[in-house]
Amino acid sequence: MTAFFQSLGLSYDWAWTVATLAGILIISLLVMFSVAMVIYVDRKVLGAIMLRRGPNVVGPFGLLQSFADGLKVFLQETIIPSAANKGIFLLAPIITFTVALAAWAVIPFSAGVVLSDINVGLLYILAISSMGVYGVVMSGWASNSKYPFFSAMRASAQMISYEVSIGFVLVCVVLFAGTFNLSGIVNAQQGFGLGFINAYVVHPLLFPMWVVFFISSLAETARAPFDLTEAESELVAGYQTEYSSMSFALFWLGEYANILLMCSLNTLLFWGGWLPPVDWAPLYLVPGIIWFLLKTFMFFFMFSWIWATVPRYRYDQLMRLGWKVFLPMSLLFVAATSGYLMATGHFDRVAAPAATDTSTIVHSNPAQPKAVRGQS
Amino acid sequence: MIQAIAFYFFAAIVVASAVMVIWSRNPVHSVLWLILAFFNAAGLMVLLGAEFIAMLLVIVYVGAVAVLFLFVVMMLDIDFAEMRAGFSRNAPLGLAIAAVLLAELLLAVGAYNAGGLQLGTPQDRLAQAADTSNIAALGALLYGKYIVLFEIAGIILLVAMIGAIVLTFQPPKPGARARQDVGKQISRRPEDATVMKSPEVGQGIEL
Repeated sequence: MTAFFQSLGLSYDWAWTVATLAGILIISLLVMFSVAMVIYVDRKVLGAIMLRRGPNVVGPFGLLQSFADGLKVFLQETIIPSAANKGIFLLAPIITFTVALAAWAVIPFSAGVVLSDINVGLLYILAISSMGVYGVVMSGWASNSKYPFFSAMRASAQMISYEVSIGFVLVCVVLFAGTFNLSGIVNAQQGFGLGFINAYVVHPLLFPMWVVFFISSLAETARAPFDLTEAESELVAGYQTEYSSMSFALFWLGEYANILLMCSLNTLLFWGGWLPPVDWAPLYLVPGIIWFLLKTFMFFFMFSWIWATVPRYRYDQLMRLGWKVFLPMSLLFVAATSGYLMATGHFDRVAAPAATDTSTIVHSNPAQPKAVRGQS
Repeated sequence: MIQAIAFYFFAAIVVASAVMVIWSRNPVHSVLWLILAFFNAAGLMVLLGAEFIAMLLVIVYVGAVAVLFLFVVMMLDIDFAEMRAGFSRNAPLGLAIAAVLLAELLLAVGAYNAGGLQLGTPQDRLAQAADTSNIAALGALLYGKYIVLFEIAGIILLVAMIGAIVLTFQPPKPGARARQDVGKQISRRPEDATVMKSPEVGQGIEL
């Protein structure tokens, strides 16, 4: 896209800036559109499981329901509680929404279709998702009301706890792929399983890690059965209690954008991203983005399915699962994975260029050449 | 051009939010300004080409350390009048620290004007010159040349963690309630807990 704007007579710098801004706009619009549709799907699936019809009035099959809802909240009055801390109260939903969109910058939708293909893509996602806590904590504190504050405390403790095990799961994947770049991780999955399955999840060391990651992503996005932050019977509506109109809608959109992000991460890290499920030439005729969306929405379906099926956890059970089950298990698997990969000589194959770099660095260091060469 | 705009943007926000950290009266606002400063410092790191450090800055400081700050400050019930009463008492100490910081700043400006320092070792430059990513270069150094120091740092952190756990751990008191047995809770079925009864009319309740 940069080349197109350069052809309009802009210098490279400005053409790049304009192209990037255009890319940001396109991705945000598409994510927002899919969020609107996904909310509809969520309600439809929930309705089907409960033997109801779900939304079916606005538009054909009720397809326009989310847009009608959006218009409705847009026209409502924004109520700011008089005891609230105004600036932070209004900033909190904006932060939640912005952070939820910012993470999409490094998600590759297909081979090369990514806004910024950075080396530290996975770390960027971790960094951005750790920022998500602030929207919740700030809204809970600024509302100056006890239920939102309880909910904010619960939410932040929950997010921090599950981020730890997510971090270790990501380490396992990175060990296999040898890169933090998301496109690199997807490419490393080509023909991974038995030489023809394009997915990490078929490996016996990675399958349990995928289960941990999937459950942690439910907890990270505060979906049922881990939706203790907005447990209606205990906390009214959690940290969103005092919000109305667009500020409420921003929380809502941000939440669903995060859910979609977690679904796409499941796809990219374990299920081969934009690659077809099997490494067979005719399947590559289907555009990569179709496979990516298919897998992502499959995970979203699982999210709604679980929402309709499972009862809510108790808070002590949630904390026990995060700290006493997932954390030791993922730590064990990091050790087991690295041991297995060392034993099978995986790093000699994957990190061959990096290994030569190491040796050049080591050789050019005259101070202690021998001791370090023994390490490499 | 764009790098310059980005640099001045990030740098201006870092300085402004650092000023606001000490300026704002509400401690929660102070912590939030501090977070903004961290975040923009990470932006400056990205401009330097140190993307790994930038991401770590956000993950560690913004994502973990500042959340704890925020927790503590939100939970504390801070009395502003009392805080202001202590101002004159602590003023000499504050002035002394300010003087030291000012001297350091002047020294830094002087050193900067005195010309470039030869700080970088040839090894750092080679790591950059070899077309490796940040992570690969750092990894090669940390797990190669500085492996012993790295391990020592890890052990210090482990000892600190165990120390914190030992200090806060309270063994269950002898007279306390029985400890929670999760396996027992999960394996409990409705049949074990409830009994179906169909009493006759007028029976079942003793009046």
